[in-house]
Amino acid sequence: MAEHGAAEESSRVDPPGIALGVEAAAEPAAKHETRNLAEQRIAVATQWQLMWWRFRKHKLAVGGTLVLAAFYLLAIFADFFAYVDPSESDAQRSLMAPQAIHWFDEGSFKPYVYALKGTRDPMTFKRVYVPDTSTKIPIRFFGRGEPYELLGFIPADRHLFAVEGAKASESLFLMGTDTQGRDAWSRLMHATRTSMTIGLVSVALSLVLGVVLGGISGYFGGAIDSVIQRIIEILRSIPTIPLWMGLAAAVPNDWSVVQVYFAITIIISLIGWTELARVVRGRFISLKQEDFVMAAELVGCSKSRIIFRHMVPSFISHIIAATTLAIPAIIISETSLSFLGLGLRPPAISWGVLLQEAQNIQALVISPWLLIPSFAVIVAVLAFNFMGDGIRDAADPYL
Amino acid sequence: MQNAKKPLLSVRNLHTSFFQDEGTTKAVDGASFDVLPGKTLGIVGESGCGKSVTAQSILRIVDHPGRIVEGKIVLTREDGSEIDLVKLKPNSREMRSIRGGDIGLIFQEPMTSFSPVHTVGAQLIEAVLLHNAVGKKEARRRGIEALRSVGIPKPERRIDEYSFELSGGLRQRAMIAVALSCDPRLLIADEPTTALDVTTQAQILDLLRKIQQERGMAIMLITHNLGVVAEMADDVVVMYLGRVVEQGKVDDIFHDPKHPYTKALLQSIPSIESVPRVKLPTISGSIPHPFNRPTGCPFHPRCASFMSGRCDNAEPVLAPVGDGRKASCFLYQ
Amino acid sequence: MLAYIVRRLLLAVLTVWAISVLSFIIIHLPPGDYVTSYIASMSASGSAVSEGEAKALREQLGLDKPITVQYLKWTGLMLQGNFGMAMEWGRPVSDVIGDRLTLTMVISVAAIVFTWALALPIGIFSAVYRYSFMDYVFTLVGFIGLAIPGFLLALIVMYVGFAYFDANVGGLFSPDLVEAPWNMAKVWDLTKHLPIPAIVLGVAGTAQLIRIMRSNLLDELRKPYVMTARARGLSEYWVVMRYPVRVALNPFVSTIGYLLPYIVSGSIIVSLVLSLPTVGPLLLKALIAQDMFLAGTIVLLLGVLTVIGTFISDLLLMWIDPRIRRGRQ
Repeated sequence: MAEHGAAEESSRVDPPGIALGVEAAAEPAAKHETRNLAEQRIAVATQWQLMWWRFRKHKLAVGGTLVLAAFYLLAIFADFFAYVDPSESDAQRSLMAPQAIHWFDEGSFKPYVYALKGTRDPMTFKRVYVPDTSTKIPIRFFGRGEPYELLGFIPADRHLFAVEGAKASESLFLMGTDTQGRDAWSRLMHATRTSMTIGLVSVALSLVLGVVLGGISGYFGGAIDSVIQRIIEILRSIPTIPLWMGLAAAVPNDWSVVQVYFAITIIISLIGWTELARVVRGRFISLKQEDFVMAAELVGCSKSRIIFRHMVPSFISHIIAATTLAIPAIIISETSLSFLGLGLRPPAISWGVLLQEAQNIQALVISPWLLIPSFAVIVAVLAFNFMGDGIRDAADPYL
Repeated sequence: MQNAKKPLLSVRNLHTSFFQDEGTTKAVDGASFDVLPGKTLGIVGESGCGKSVTAQSILRIVDHPGRIVEGKIVLTREDGSEIDLVKLKPNSREMRSIRGGDIGLIFQEPMTSFSPVHTVGAQLIEAVLLHNAVGKKEARRRGIEALRSVGIPKPERRIDEYSFELSGGLRQRAMIAVALSCDPRLLIADEPTTALDVTTQAQILDLLRKIQQERGMAIMLITHNLGVVAEMADDVVVMYLGRVVEQGKVDDIFHDPKHPYTKALLQSIPSIESVPRVKLPTISGSIPHPFNRPTGCPFHPRCASFMSGRCDNAEPVLAPVGDGRKASCFLYQ
Repeated sequence: MLAYIVRRLLLAVLTVWAISVLSFIIIHLPPGDYVTSYIASMSASGSAVSEGEAKALREQLGLDKPITVQYLKWTGLMLQGNFGMAMEWGRPVSDVIGDRLTLTMVISVAAIVFTWALALPIGIFSAVYRYSFMDYVFTLVGFIGLAIPGFLLALIVMYVGFAYFDANVGGLFSPDLVEAPWNMAKVWDLTKHLPIPAIVLGVAGTAQLIRIMRSNLLDELRKPYVMTARARGLSEYWVVMRYPVRVALNPFVSTIGYLLPYIVSGSIIVSLVLSLPTVGPLLLKALIAQDMFLAGTIVLLLGVLTVIGTFISDLLLMWIDPRIRRGRQ
């Protein structure tokens, strides 16, 4: 049974959906030329450019990325965004409500807050602070405040919020204070730094574990694959939180803050690696059967060359997507552990540590501002999810 | 003997387009043809010429974002009355009774045309129950009979098996059984043999011919394989880019093609009689991108008989070029 | 089919063994053992424990033998149903755990039921009416549900309950029925209190399942058998419900395997916030006090119950997927 042959003369590999018609002659000039130009741009675009164009179309993903950029800016310049030392406590200033910023002073834009007067509550005899409407303390943006070290070594003293004619530690409490009288806003800034960086370090560890084990499993197949797969399945069917709690509780009480930080990071990274390993293994298995791999083998490339120069570049974008999507779980785990008191310990500050203050419901009802860090968690997780989704869709829209 | 029997199905000026964000694709761009009762109409063309979409349009199962924009599809019912299928709502009771009842459909890929988690019998019996007012037991009996009539051995056992338990040829037969279970007057076969090996292909074609003779059923055979057309069809319609470019009796088309596209197609078939050691002729160029349709005659960029100024300026219409034949080409207009 | 069951059973047994080893290791990670913390708490309250007493105590509790022997002793005892003594409480572990384990499973199962009941229809709807307004709404809500960790949601719910409704939404029983023996009234009371913990626990899982169902169904809707079903003249509703939904149901059911451990996990923290009388608060206290038998047993039992649940879901999957039953290659 004979088939007709219609030769296809497009010789380049086209991105999906766009065919290059070799004939352009008989078309009306202008319109066709611009369209042809666009097609040619697409045809010569690199893989990354294509990804970027697709990613850009995803409004949510772009939005998420911008939000994350803002968060990381906060993290790097936490000292600038805060205005007092986050550990400076004053028991008498505990659980103060957030101060209202008054933006206009007699018609002109001059933000200020009221000073706080310490008085004794006649009923409880405790010292309480109430706004003193006779004294206005102006707020300056980018004003001078307490000194700190920018990026760890550049001395500076400018803060986003600063007050004139008074000490910030006595007069500015934009988000209120916690049970120990520490300024909640400054603590939030520093907590952002810790929580966002733990996410990165942890996911890096998970990535290494996942890529190595998943890669070995997928590339070599056979018995190794079975063993590693069983291990992953077992780990996935165990409730993880009791295990982390156990591991975290095992961290000795006398370790330094930094040691605890790293211990927690390692513990948390032991969760996410299974998912990454699964993705990597899947990619290796499907790539092993691709013709271009066989072609490389036939040409005589060494195994490592095949892996690193041929296979890896074709799925690196998927790995990036999977990694980004693994970060939210890590942030949530750190927050949960610290919330329970099993994670980071004071004086370390993270969102989870901040939320520990909110454990007591009675206190929470009186001081609802203690819940504000939860919005930070939710927004960060959402942003990572959107960005990760966007990257994943851009990497392979047919996935 | 009447010269022209009343057509069973009459498609006139069918336009079906897909509306996507990136642009509108005119999958079927003005197709017109008739299917005569008891006869086989072959629809030929390259992939992407709109043959399958035409079949889907007839059955009103065009997938979103596609829809029929214009045209008439007139079906003559058993009692002689006519109904325009375009005017029916796709999910209406009437259309659904026609779909599967008056018109049956078989697909190219028998494996994926059956649900993997339902038995073949379940899907067969469902079809019977939909179009016949019978009970389950009777439906099952008819199902077994249908399987037997397409040549499946031990149908009482096979009816309870899953599609993955049958071989490729048996699966295709089962699919034919489902399509035939309600005794349709028209069977649309969309590339029924493309996924089969040559021997099975021959068997299936024999089966179709036998059934046609037994029941007087019309067949609309969609394929890109000219050999199958030559063997099975009585009339042929050649499509290109959603349009009918030529139509006529099978012998006329094969021995005396009028349209340049048909000529080029036929020339590119390897044949025992062709001159040895000469390069096989191909059609120059390639199918234009759906968003990039040529103005004027859709084939002119690749046409050996291209007439500048005429073929790129206006669109030819399907006009008679001889006894019962039509072609859409300026060579004859 | 038999091969499938045997394979899953073996895996389950292997998993249980792995869990037991893991729990045992975890309990022994902290430096020192129960006797050390016992001595510390005794000296804090003023009394001292002599060297000899400490040694005798260690011998009595078997803490002076090598680790492997301790492990074997532990497993041996457990298989006889003896889970040891909760040292801090001074009562057998099984006493202390009591109802709590059952209640943990009850709310976990309730959460799963809730998750499914919601995720299935919404997932189907989102796939069929893809890109419609409601689809976007569901996607957004789903995302938010994914982003809020269980305990945060519990916290917010508690706060809202207290602040605006002056009600304590925590706990699984009304105050007067907490200590009461089990009868119909208590069961009904439990059922009335179940919705909030179940919803809080299930939200994140629901969001995930909706996405899975939606994407699986979208894949299936594209397949040829859907078109053939339509071509048979089936109504649109049945075309969708009887075929692609049925096929997409399989991966959906297989998610229980990972949903159960996820939810049981989440219940630990959520029950801490909502003050539920489940295993969670007990575990935390045990870990902090390094009460070896109690903590280890809880972790082990949680794991075992989860594995059983997963195994049941494997059987369920086999029942609904003929490809597994008939051994498709």
